[in-house]
Amino acid sequence: MKTLNRRGFGLDLGLALAAAVLLPATKARADDLDVHIDNFVFQPAELKLKVGTTVTWTNRDDIPHTVVSAGKFRSKTLDTDDKFPFTFTDAGDYKYFCSLHPHMTGMIKVE
Amino acid sequence: MSGHEHGDDGVSRRKVLECMTWAGTGVLWTITGGVPRSLGIIDSAQAATTAAPGMSFLQISDSHVGFDKPANPNALGTLEEAVGKINAMPAKPSFMIHTGDITHLSKAAEFDNAERIIAQTKLDVHYVPGEHDFIDEEVKLYRERYGRGTKGHGWYSFDAGGVHFIGLVNVVDLKAGGLGNLGAEQLAWLDDDLRGKSKSTPIVLFAHIPLWTVYPEWGWGTEDGGRALEQVKGFGSVTVLNGHIHQVMQKVEGNVTFHTARSTAFPQPAPGSAPSPGPMKVEDAKLRSMLGVASVNFKQNEQRLAIIDTPLQG
Ligand SMILES: [Cu+2]
Repeated sequence: MKTLNRRGFGLDLGLALAAAVLLPATKARADDLDVHIDNFVFQPAELKLKVGTTVTWTNRDDIPHTVVSAGKFRSKTLDTDDKFPFTFTDAGDYKYFCSLHPHMTGMIKVE
Repeated sequence: MSGHEHGDDGVSRRKVLECMTWAGTGVLWTITGGVPRSLGIIDSAQAATTAAPGMSFLQISDSHVGFDKPANPNALGTLEEAVGKINAMPAKPSFMIHTGDITHLSKAAEFDNAERIIAQTKLDVHYVPGEHDFIDEEVKLYRERYGRGTKGHGWYSFDAGGVHFIGLVNVVDLKAGGLGNLGAEQLAWLDDDLRGKSKSTPIVLFAHIPLWTVYPEWGWGTEDGGRALEQVKGFGSVTVLNGHIHQVMQKVEGNVTFHTARSTAFPQPAPGSAPSPGPMKVEDAKLRSMLGVASVNFKQNEQRLAIIDTPLQG
């Protein structure tokens, strides 16, 4: 669930209120991005984005993975279909990898 | 399945390689004076008579208790089947080693379930951790259960039947872009552990990830594994056992025999034969032929070590 369905807000106020309580406003930003893990590969392997963007990793493999950028962020172990969102508040290059399968690497460039 | 006896008086390297290609059905290996020989394909009943007397131990690996995906929805069930196989062996092995990935997600209940089933063998079990056993945040559960008396992240050695066994941990502190990792502290300990040992002492090294480079593209190897192998090079007989890749694979290099065991949970593809090393879904009827255990026999005074892979079925 990357973004809220805006039409849903108008149709069902109760649901919208519940969602508003549960999700911080930043989750709904239109420029938020997704990275999927498929076949032991981060896809896309490299992303360029603006400060304030949230990237959400989703593990679509049958094997658990992690998302780790030394000293910057570390997900818990993601089982199948688990997600890890991280909001980038500082510019810079973030190299990351899976600490269980270190040959899996990726890069986020934040400007 | 005993139609391929090489006899005892030597066998060409070509023949050895030929046998390696059948490893999936169960091949008996012996080492005499550092020369590996295949005695041909046998079943476990014959193995018991061929290999006795002497010490034998069993290797079990990659139980992945908790795994429930299509490649095998019941990993606990197939572990139980493997234990049934072990209990039915005509000659009881002296003990068992487990080369890691006992659990899938390092959950307490997974460790409990694995323990409950494996205990039914009534065998002593020597463990090393796989990366799946170190998933809990503080890496507590494996260490509390199996880490007593071990050094560092869980390495140790012991002697049995005249063989020196060394359990290594290569799933900690993995570096981006890299392979398995032993680390300087463990390598220094290994150096200490081997110091003063007679070069004729047979050595068995066991770890989760292969210590040799099987397929770096999938992380199947250990960054500093070569440094461990360097330290055992002078010994007359060295056997390196591991799991992690969920398939039988062997290599012989000088006095060193490398052998990987099957998983009891799910098969993985041959190197490079699939988009990823993930669990391989095969026909239900075929699954049990791709899971199993390995037994290793050691004949006293003869420096003979024989490895027999036994699938759960077929
Ligand atoms: Cu593994």
